Amino acid sequence: MDDVTTAEEIAHAEHGHEEHELSFLQTYVFSQDHKVIGIQYAITAMLFLLFGFTLMMIMRWQLAFPFRPVPVIGGLLGANNAQLMAPEFYNSLGAMHGTIMVFLGVVPLAVGGFGNYVLPLQIGAPDMAFPRLNMASYWSFFLGGIVMIASFFVPGGAANSGWTSYAPLSVIATEGQTWWLVGMIFLITSSLLGSVNFIVTTLQLRAPGMSFMRLPFFVWAQLVTSFLLLLAFPPLEAAGVLQIMDRVADTSFFMPSGLVTGDGPLEISGGGSPLLWQHLFWFLAHPEVYVLILPALGIVGEIVANNTRKPLWGYRVLVASLIFLGFMSFIVWAHHMFLTGMGTTISTFFQTTTMIISIPSVVILSAMFLSLYGGSIRYTVPMLFALAFLPMFGIGGLTGLPLGLTAPDLHLHDTYYVIGHFHYVVAPGTIFALFGGIYYWYPKATGRLMNDMLGRIHFWGSIIAINCVFMPMFITGLAGMNRRLYDGGLEYAHVQEVLEWNQFMSYGAWALGVFQIFFIFNFFWSIRHGKKVGDNPWDSTTLEWQAPSPPPHGNFSTPPEAYRGPYEYSVPGASSDFSMQGQAPGANPEPAKV
Amino acid sequence: MEIPYTVAERPDTGLNNVKLGIWLFLASEVMLFGGLFSTYVLLRVGAVEWPLGAEFLNIPIGTVNTVILIASSVTMVMAYASLKLGDFAKYKTYMLATVLLPVLFLCIKGYEYYEKVSHDHLPSHSTFLAIYWTMTALHGLHIIGGIVVNGYFWGPGSKMWHVKREMFENRVEAAGLYWHFVDLVWIFLFPVLYLL
Amino acid sequence: MSGSAEEVRKHIATYKKIAGALAVGTIVTVLASYLDVSVAIGITIALIIATTKASLVANYFMHLGEERSQWLMVSLGLTAVFWLFLMLVPLWTFSDHIGVVKTLPNANAHEMAEGEEH
Repeated sequence: MDDVTTAEEIAHAEHGHEEHELSFLQTYVFSQDHKVIGIQYAITAMLFLLFGFTLMMIMRWQLAFPFRPVPVIGGLLGANNAQLMAPEFYNSLGAMHGTIMVFLGVVPLAVGGFGNYVLPLQIGAPDMAFPRLNMASYWSFFLGGIVMIASFFVPGGAANSGWTSYAPLSVIATEGQTWWLVGMIFLITSSLLGSVNFIVTTLQLRAPGMSFMRLPFFVWAQLVTSFLLLLAFPPLEAAGVLQIMDRVADTSFFMPSGLVTGDGPLEISGGGSPLLWQHLFWFLAHPEVYVLILPALGIVGEIVANNTRKPLWGYRVLVASLIFLGFMSFIVWAHHMFLTGMGTTISTFFQTTTMIISIPSVVILSAMFLSLYGGSIRYTVPMLFALAFLPMFGIGGLTGLPLGLTAPDLHLHDTYYVIGHFHYVVAPGTIFALFGGIYYWYPKATGRLMNDMLGRIHFWGSIIAINCVFMPMFITGLAGMNRRLYDGGLEYAHVQEVLEWNQFMSYGAWALGVFQIFFIFNFFWSIRHGKKVGDNPWDSTTLEWQAPSPPPHGNFSTPPEAYRGPYEYSVPGASSDFSMQGQAPGANPEPAKV
Repeated sequence: MEIPYTVAERPDTGLNNVKLGIWLFLASEVMLFGGLFSTYVLLRVGAVEWPLGAEFLNIPIGTVNTVILIASSVTMVMAYASLKLGDFAKYKTYMLATVLLPVLFLCIKGYEYYEKVSHDHLPSHSTFLAIYWTMTALHGLHIIGGIVVNGYFWGPGSKMWHVKREMFENRVEAAGLYWHFVDLVWIFLFPVLYLL
Repeated sequence: MSGSAEEVRKHIATYKKIAGALAVGTIVTVLASYLDVSVAIGITIALIIATTKASLVANYFMHLGEERSQWLMVSLGLTAVFWLFLMLVPLWTFSDHIGVVKTLPNANAHEMAEGEEH
C-alpha cells in the first residue's frame, strides 16, 4: 500500500506538532492504526482458514478411501510405513480443523479484520479508543496461533480430543492438548482486549450526529458481538486454567473418582465432574456461535442495502432482534448437553429458550429477504455472496431446530446431521458473507476493485461445491452415522447404505478447494493490477466511503458529521439514488475530495 | 485527529474512555471469577464429603489478610481523594501504603502456601485443596498485577501529575476501580474458602 | 467523581465510616462462622454479610452509587444476571437428572490413605 507513507506525511503535517517519522516496524508490523491491524488480522486469519481447510481436505481422503495410503504426504501422517493415516492423527485433524477455523480463522477475520477496519470508519472516528490495546490484541492472537500450530510438532502430535476438549479424555491426552489450552488462553485474552476496545469505541467515538439509531447495521452487529465475547469467554478461560491444572498438577477438577484407563486406575484424588467442563465450555461456546454469525449478518446487511438501492427493511426490528438474540444466547447452552443425563425439567427449560432464540434469527433473516422486495438489484460479486448467504443461512438455521428439540436430538446428537447443520451456518453462511465483505471493502482498502470474472467463477464454483459437501451430511446423519469416526462409518451396519456419500462429499470438498485458488490469486493480483476506482465505487451511503481509498492515518482530515440515517437510498425527490450519511443537506451526491 | 474523550467526559454517555474501558474489563473479570465460583459450587455439591475450611486453613491468618486488603482499598480511595484535593504529597503517602499492604498480604499468603506444601496439602490431594489453591493463586496473580500498576502510578508514572493533571487523575481512578475489584473478590473468597 | 473540594471532603468522611463498617463486617463474619448451624444456614449468613460488604465497596469506593451512565449500569446489570445463571444453572443438573448418580470411592483410596497422614 504505497499510499500510506504519503498519507502519513499529510496526517503529521495536519497534526501541527513535531512527530518523528515512524519506522517500518512501527508502521507495518507494530502498528497502532486500526486499518493496519485490521489487515494484519485479516491476512493472518485467511492463512489460518486455508490451513484449516487443508486439514479438512486431508481428512476427507480418509473418509472417502479409508485405509488406503494417502498420496503425496502419506509418509508424514501415519505411524507406519504403509502411509496410512493413524486414527489418532485423524482425530488431531478433526480437533484442529474445528479449533483453527473457529478461533484462528472466522472470528479473527469477522471481528478482528472487518470490525477493526470498518467500524471506526463507519462511525466517523479517527481510530479505535485504545490503539495500543488493539495492537496487543492482534499480537496475542498471533502468539496463540503460533502455539496452536506448534502443537502439531510435539510428541504425540496436536490436540485430538475434539475442538470441545471434553474431560476426562482431554485430561489424559498427549502433550499437544496442553499446548492447545495455552493457545486458547492467548486467543481468549486477545478477544477480551478487543471486545473492550470495540464497545468503548462504538459508545464514545461516534461522530457528531451519529446517534445509535443512525448506526449502520454492521456496527450494531459488532457491538452485540463484542458484548458476547466480553462476558462469555472468561468462564472458558477459567476452565482452561483448570484443565491445565488437571493435566499438569494432577488435580481432579474434571476427573471423576474411580477412573480406570488402559494403564490401570488413575492415581488422582477424584471427586471432580466431567460435566463441569461441559457447562463451562458451552457457556462460552454457545454465544461463540453467535459471534460467528452476527458480524456476517452485519456484512450482508450492508451489501444488501447497497445493492438493492433501498434501505434495509425494519431497521429498528433488526436492532431489537440483535440485542434480544445476544441476550438469549447466554441461556441456551445446555442444548449441547441433552444426552448427558439431564432431567426432563432442565432439558425442557433449555429446549424452550432454544426455540425462543430461533425467533430473532428468523426475524433478521426475514427482514433481509424483505429488503430485496422492490429493490433495484445489482448482481455485483459481493451481492452474489450476500444473496447466497440468505437461503444457506436459512437451511443452517432450520436444520438446527430438530437439534434444539430434545426428542429428535436423541437420535441426531453427535451424528453428521449436526456437522451439516453447523457447517451450513458457518461455511456457505458466515464465510460466504466474509467473502462478500472482502470483495465489497477491498476497493476501500486498496483503491482497486478485485477482478469481476474471477470473482464470479469463485462464487459459482464455491456455491455448487459447498452444497455437494454438506447437503449429503443430513442424509448420512439421519441414517445414524456418527461424528468423529475415523473410518467414515465403515464398521457400522446401520450406515452401510449411505457410505457411498463419503466419496461424493470428498470430491465436493476438493473441488471447493480448487475454486478457492481463483479467490487467492484474485486477492493478491488485484493489489497491483485491479481496476483503479475512486473513493466510492459502489455508490454507497455509509461514512467509510467518504474517506479516501485507502484512508490515511486519522481517517478523516476534517471530522465528519452524520446528517441522516445510514441507508438513504432512492429517497423520493432526491437528485441522486443515494445520499451519503456524512454529506450536509443541500450538497451534491458526489462528496468533495476530503 | 486526536482520539476524543480520553480525558474529558462525553456528554451523552457521561463517561470518559478509560473509565468505561476499565468497568467493561471488570465485568469480564466478574465472569472469570464466576467460572471459578461456579466450579466451587458444583464440586462441593457433588462431593461425598467436603472439609470445613478450618480443617486446612488458618482463620486468624486469613482474617488478618482480609483486614490488610480492605485497608489497602481504603488507602487507595484516600489516595485518589488526595489527588482531587491537589495534595500530591498525601497522594504519594497513601499510594505507597496501597502498594505495600498487598505486598504484606502476599508474604502472609506465601507463608500459608509454604505451610501447605510442607504438610503435603497439594492441589492434587482433594478437590477442596485444588479449588483453594487455584482460586487464591489466580487472585494472587491479580494482586501482583495491581501492585505493579499502583507501583507505577506511585513511582515513575506519577510524573504525569505535573504535566497532564486530569489525565493522571483519571488513570489513578481506573487503577483504583481495578484495585477495589480485587478487594471485592477476596471479600467473597475469604468466607467461602476459610469459613464454610 | 465530582470535583469540588467540599464534595471530596464529604466523600472522605464517608470513606472513614465505610472503612469502619467493613471492619465490623469482617469481625461479624468470622464470629458467625463459629455458630452451630447447618451448612445451608451458614452459607446463607456468610453470603449475606459478604454481599453487604461488597455492596459498600462498590457503592462508595467505586462510586457506583453516583454513576449515571445508562450503558454502564445496563452492562453491569447484564453481567450480574449472567453471573447468577452461571452459578445456579449447572447446579440444576445435579438436582434434576435421569438415572442415579454413582459416586465411586477413589480407586486408589486405600493406597493414598497409607501414603500420608492427615
